[in-house]
Amino acid sequence: MAIRAYLRFTLAILLLSTLSTALYEDQVGLADWHQKYIGKVNHAVFHTQKTGRKRVIVSTEENVIASLDLRTGDIFWRHVLGKTDHIDQVDIALGKYVITLSSEGSVLRAWNLPDGQMIWESILDVSAPSKSLLYVPASMSAGKDNLILVSGGSSIYALSSIDGQIVWRKELPINSIEIQQISQSHESDTIYAVGFVGSSEFVVYHISYRTGEVLQQSKSSFGSGFCGETSLVFDDTIVALDGQRSSLVAIGFKNGIINLHQTYISDLIPEFSGNVKLLPSRFNGMLAIDIASSIILLRVKGINELEVAEKINRPSAITASLPISKEQQAFAIMEHSKSGIHFKVKFDNDLTNEVLRETLHMDSQRGNVEKIFINSYIRTDRTHGFRVLVVMEDHSLSLVQQGEIVWSREDGLASIVSSAMFELPVEKEGVSVAEVEHNLFEWLKGHFLKLKGTLMLASPDEMAAIQAIRLKSSEKNKMTRDHNGFRKLIIVVTRAGKVLALHTGDGRVVWSVLLPALRRSGKCGNPSALSLYQWQVPHHHAMDENPSVLVVGACGQNSDLPGVLSIIDSYTGKVLNSSMLEHSVRHIIPLPLTDSTEQRLHLIIDGYLHAHLYPRTSDSVKIFLQEMPNIYWYMVEEGKNIIRGYSLESRELNTYDEYVFRTKQLWSIVFPSESEKIIATATRKMNEVVHTQAKVTADDVMYKYISKNILFVATVSPKAAGNIGSAAPEEACLFAYLIDTVSGRILHRVSHQGAQGPVNAVVSENWVVYHYFNLRAHRYEMSVVEIYDQSRADNKDVWKLVLGKHNLTAPVSSYTRPDVMVKSQSYFFTHSVKSISVTSTAKGITSKQLLIGTIGDQVLALDKRFLDPRRSVNPTQSEKEEGIIPLTDSLPIVPQSYITHSLQVEGLRTIVTTPAKLESTALVFCYGVDLFYTRIAPSRTYDSLTEDFSYALLLLTIVALVAAIFVTWALSEKKELREKWR
Amino acid sequence: MPFPVLLLLFFSGLISSSIAAPFSSGDGYIITGRVKMDGVASTGFGVSEKHSNAKIILNGGQRVTFVRADGYFTFHNVPAGTHLIEVVELGYLFSPVRVDISARFPGKIQAALMENRKILDELILEPLRVEQYYEIRRPFSIMSLVKSPMGMMMGAMLIVMFVMPKLVENMDPEEIKKAQEEMRANFLPRSS
Repeated sequence: MAIRAYLRFTLAILLLSTLSTALYEDQVGLADWHQKYIGKVNHAVFHTQKTGRKRVIVSTEENVIASLDLRTGDIFWRHVLGKTDHIDQVDIALGKYVITLSSEGSVLRAWNLPDGQMIWESILDVSAPSKSLLYVPASMSAGKDNLILVSGGSSIYALSSIDGQIVWRKELPINSIEIQQISQSHESDTIYAVGFVGSSEFVVYHISYRTGEVLQQSKSSFGSGFCGETSLVFDDTIVALDGQRSSLVAIGFKNGIINLHQTYISDLIPEFSGNVKLLPSRFNGMLAIDIASSIILLRVKGINELEVAEKINRPSAITASLPISKEQQAFAIMEHSKSGIHFKVKFDNDLTNEVLRETLHMDSQRGNVEKIFINSYIRTDRTHGFRVLVVMEDHSLSLVQQGEIVWSREDGLASIVSSAMFELPVEKEGVSVAEVEHNLFEWLKGHFLKLKGTLMLASPDEMAAIQAIRLKSSEKNKMTRDHNGFRKLIIVVTRAGKVLALHTGDGRVVWSVLLPALRRSGKCGNPSALSLYQWQVPHHHAMDENPSVLVVGACGQNSDLPGVLSIIDSYTGKVLNSSMLEHSVRHIIPLPLTDSTEQRLHLIIDGYLHAHLYPRTSDSVKIFLQEMPNIYWYMVEEGKNIIRGYSLESRELNTYDEYVFRTKQLWSIVFPSESEKIIATATRKMNEVVHTQAKVTADDVMYKYISKNILFVATVSPKAAGNIGSAAPEEACLFAYLIDTVSGRILHRVSHQGAQGPVNAVVSENWVVYHYFNLRAHRYEMSVVEIYDQSRADNKDVWKLVLGKHNLTAPVSSYTRPDVMVKSQSYFFTHSVKSISVTSTAKGITSKQLLIGTIGDQVLALDKRFLDPRRSVNPTQSEKEEGIIPLTDSLPIVPQSYITHSLQVEGLRTIVTTPAKLESTALVFCYGVDLFYTRIAPSRTYDSLTEDFSYALLLLTIVALVAAIFVTWALSEKKELREKWR
Repeated sequence: MPFPVLLLLFFSGLISSSIAAPFSSGDGYIITGRVKMDGVASTGFGVSEKHSNAKIILNGGQRVTFVRADGYFTFHNVPAGTHLIEVVELGYLFSPVRVDISARFPGKIQAALMENRKILDELILEPLRVEQYYEIRRPFSIMSLVKSPMGMMMGAMLIVMFVMPKLVENMDPEEIKKAQEEMRANFLPRSS
């Protein structure tokens, strides 16, 4: 009885403790790190006029607008706009507002330059998604009201830059006009709007800057048409590319008179052939064209006279021009050569003279220069100095000044495509671990300080010292494997095709490599990385080899373009093997098989549904053929609403390649497209470990239905496939399916009337949790479905087990008709969700937590016990002892259980968990625009002492106890003596 | 304790039909609200002095906007129907807001807090709470030391040390003798 009471007591303590696994503020940064990124920069505007903080405003492909410190590259402020709110252009108005035009010219916002506060927002009606222009007049003379001009399609808006009010709006009378350029004459208050009507007509409007009145209108047509690319060379002259992209048409429109003159590019550049593009850069009297092999600068001397001014060989990049004085403009060129990157600055009126020429040495893993932005400053000797912001092929951003890289940001990490965790090398013998602990005295001092800290006796100075000791701890940053499995390499592949290894200790980049296979080339036009796999993880054989990682990519989005494979050493980042495949990549299946050198077998399914086996060795084929009858795979065709299951067929004699196998369709599930549409699928993690097959309740045993082949599919009625607010509750319905992917059998189907997506789901062990929107209650809901195996439910009798009359040893096959029992429950959840994941631990003993990435870019850890279908309003005593929480209608959000504590992982996309060696702990890596890493212990670190365990207190207690022993011994001696004397 | 107050004001109306409607379905309404901060006790997260980080999200990410310096925010061209607005501000928990835009009575907009089902007549909404993301370290107290396993151990030791002898002392010598006798009696049969 006493034992029972004691158990109850400890259980209660455990319960209390596991429900709050929070962090103290001074523990921030001990096990976690956070890195802020912005993504690949598209536009940059410098703000360096005033003394004080110099900054650069950038907008990126990740829809981020940010203000960076020009000295260090740190982020002053940053905003991540909505998913579809792409930033078209950025500028600065009035010297204090950042103006962004986004969503294809329909949203104009002004942000306060110092702190990023939004000042105003204007919505513009743009007739159709079209080319949009933002024009912030640079000359702010006193007479002019500071108007911002925005054009899109056939309309021009003028907005006050102070409050964003539309001052005037001009709908140009010709409807199909596409405005190409807006320019301003320097004498009068007239602006020129230049556009094309159809493909061959050219129109110029002279519009009053103040009122928007059309002052003059002129038209002209050109026989062979325009392709739509133009470049403004003077205020009243543009150069356009003709419809065949073979000649340039210079158009002058001074005083309403249009002059056209056509010049063939082949006349200018004899060796020209192929494709030509106009580079969007405003030069005074010049234009830059991009022919495949080089960039050509053309000087426009008059409408009739174009001449080649400069030829810059590829790969290179050129900036827009930067006004230095009234008559001079500067621009910069970056050219790659064998000795490095040449950086040249020239004035536009004198191209032969180089104002500045420097040679840069940039890490070769950054690739080619993609974009550069120039800015000037006045040196102490009153001459002009120049700095450039460089965007490289790997999406990194650097600032170059005086021939040196002042700072660089690894912004490719804002667009991670796939990630995996890898082990570090084993510690070599001879390197002593004890070296880390300098000496006993230091160690004791440190612990004494910590003790003072825990007893709240330390002064602020001492507290700072404690914090420094904790953060500095070199232990966590070592490049070797640790006993607990906390130190690992996170290997990621970014959209730019760069593979980086990050250390889990502090998030630093250990190595990085720009994959040659994923760089743009003639054969592979638009390569993209697809995913990352563990290729070789030696632990029994091939021990002298380093583990390696497989990166699979494809040459573009189209499914019949060939794929690329790269194998990289995970310790050093050396590319071991890189090959272009002869087939496309539609689906990749990592098999649970390894060959004799411990290379993992992978199947790649191509567009014709042929399975290709990798690695291509005879050894792997031999192993594969033995296992082939047991290999099944499936494919979800979301667009067609079909799920198909396949198996592999043995090789036919006439196949030309012994590594290619034919596939055979076994089953298919077709969802009727008029009533259902697939919106989400989820499966169990391949490497998940399940510790217990059964769930023991107070008076019963339930066997979990554990199958690796469970697929969760969510479908909605087609009307409810859109956003929230687009469907009424009556017409919306959500169906959740559990499908066995070997047999195609639907194990369970449940419908939620009045519910719709977006659905986020996670499958683990024998349960699935999914998040969706309930239109009736107009709240988000989360449901849990647990599956139990009924066919083994009779094995509860001890006698049956003893006598061997049980079916526990019977083989479990997907073909046996499963007798399953399903339990489910639903709860309300406050937030929208971006991603859901579940913790995984080494042995699967530790209880699980759901990691929920909320719309606020935070990650909430929610105990799985809150999503237990056995929860009831009044749990019985025995259920309470089991740890069942009384049922509530909504899931609790405890702010202390945000694993991201007071940080936001901006643009959160994915949460990845990996088990550590220590059973209680899981490693969590979250990425989006930002990166965040931490380790969590869902049931506290029951198997190790916590970081802040006070060794000094333990020591103190022991000393006190020893002292007490001696004192009492002395006392008793004395007493005995007294007794004897009596 | 002053809380930040979200004051939703709704302006609505059809955008004049003379303007060629953009890529929306034609009838767009405007939702304007306000996040009001009156000297809110800062919790130290995000930008504390101003409210520049608040993000307003319509329908789970369909559209995102930010609050202006005066606390107002606006969604344009919102079609009729029932929508969901979420406010994201680090350090505070805001309830999602259900916004009904009536198609039958253009311009009629209703709002309700979804967490506590409060209808917003005056359209005033308080954030549910200030979020405290960290556990607060309790100041050192003797009790916490005593309650710790080591403290308990020491306590037990002390009891044995000081209380037990006292108990023995307080007992009658006769009784002690008797008890000793009894014990001996109990032990003897077993040993024999």
